[in-house]
Amino acid sequence: MPVNGQIKIVTLKVNGKDVSARADQTILQVCRENEVFIPTLCHLEGLSNIGACRLCMVEVAGQKKLLPACTTTVNEGMEITTTTDRLGHYRRMILELIFSERNHTCSVCVSNNYCELQFLSQKLGIDHIRVPYRFPKFNVDASHPYFVLDHNRCILCTRCVRVCDEIEGAHVWDVSGRGIQARVITELNQPWGSAETCTQCGKCVNVCPVGALSDKGRSVAENKKRSEFLPYLTQRRREKI
Amino acid sequence: MPAYPVKIQPPSDDKRWGLVMATMKRHGYQSNAVIETLHTVQESFGFLEDDSLRFVSKALNVPLSKVYGVATFYHFFTLKPQGKHTCVVCMGTACYVKGAGEIMEAISQKYHVHPGETTENGNLSLVTARCIGACGLAPAGVFDGEVSGKLTPADTLTKLAKWE
Repeated sequence: MPVNGQIKIVTLKVNGKDVSARADQTILQVCRENEVFIPTLCHLEGLSNIGACRLCMVEVAGQKKLLPACTTTVNEGMEITTTTDRLGHYRRMILELIFSERNHTCSVCVSNNYCELQFLSQKLGIDHIRVPYRFPKFNVDASHPYFVLDHNRCILCTRCVRVCDEIEGAHVWDVSGRGIQARVITELNQPWGSAETCTQCGKCVNVCPVGALSDKGRSVAENKKRSEFLPYLTQRRREKI
Repeated sequence: MPAYPVKIQPPSDDKRWGLVMATMKRHGYQSNAVIETLHTVQESFGFLEDDSLRFVSKALNVPLSKVYGVATFYHFFTLKPQGKHTCVVCMGTACYVKGAGEIMEAISQKYHVHPGETTENGNLSLVTARCIGACGLAPAGVFDGEVSGKLTPADTLTKLAKWE
């Protein structure tokens, strides 16, 4: 946000259509404002962008490589294409790999019908997976009095890590290990219920795109999440500064 | 609230904490000194205990989960005590193609350890490396700091047998 009130406006093309935008906006913001669909999993309005899920990749004319829409700011005269065969191929591949990595069983998942991964898969037409499933063994952590953590459903988007650090300020969550061993952990990889820094606010549960974090006591397809609180909180905090 | 942060005391009066404190002081207790400090802890104590991680987290004012994340991200750090002897098997591309997998298999079978583990008697730690930069000697291993190349499962076991 410019301090002196001077906002630079740029014009660009999204899928052949002329649009204008503030120069400090990201491609994703501009596309969402203009109702152009771009799939995302790690992005969430109100949190910092890390460009990790790579689902928001777009093509920009004159650039051979794909650019992540959530972390790329717009430029004057940019020509952006959001849906091509190449992008569709990569996006489906990413989702297939996510499915193969953990045990995503929609029919018995607490987030069935409320799941962003499920929604995107339907939208991108994924009806089967071309890579073998890994079927890893994971424990479910139900030590917390109000919430449950199920690693089987986790896609490592790190929204919980970021909301806990950036909005709540507790930084209970982080990612341990690397590669296929990566997992979200609380404090010293200890049961969530024993984490002393956890304020039990439930922000992580409400930003989780899948069924990895849920309210305790919820059964299959009952994990409805509150999505409005985050933009609201960010707004309130911005006004305090 | 005191005007200055209270000095965090080490978890025990072990002299080795002095080294750790010195490292932190050298970096002005900046939170970006986590890796440097963990290095010193690991070098002084051989591994990273829960108490050490808690201490580093408090002293450098870094969230506990973040310190744990750093400690588990890097292969150099280990959270368990190491054995008397360490055997590193290189699993880099060249070594893998030349049969590092079979060497690993042979060691695992004989000593019942998986990579990253230590035998029950605490004698041998088995570690993997991504590449030790000795691809010309593939498959290579490091036995208590000494690099050996062109290994076969048989002579790897002979080398390890000397430590028993």
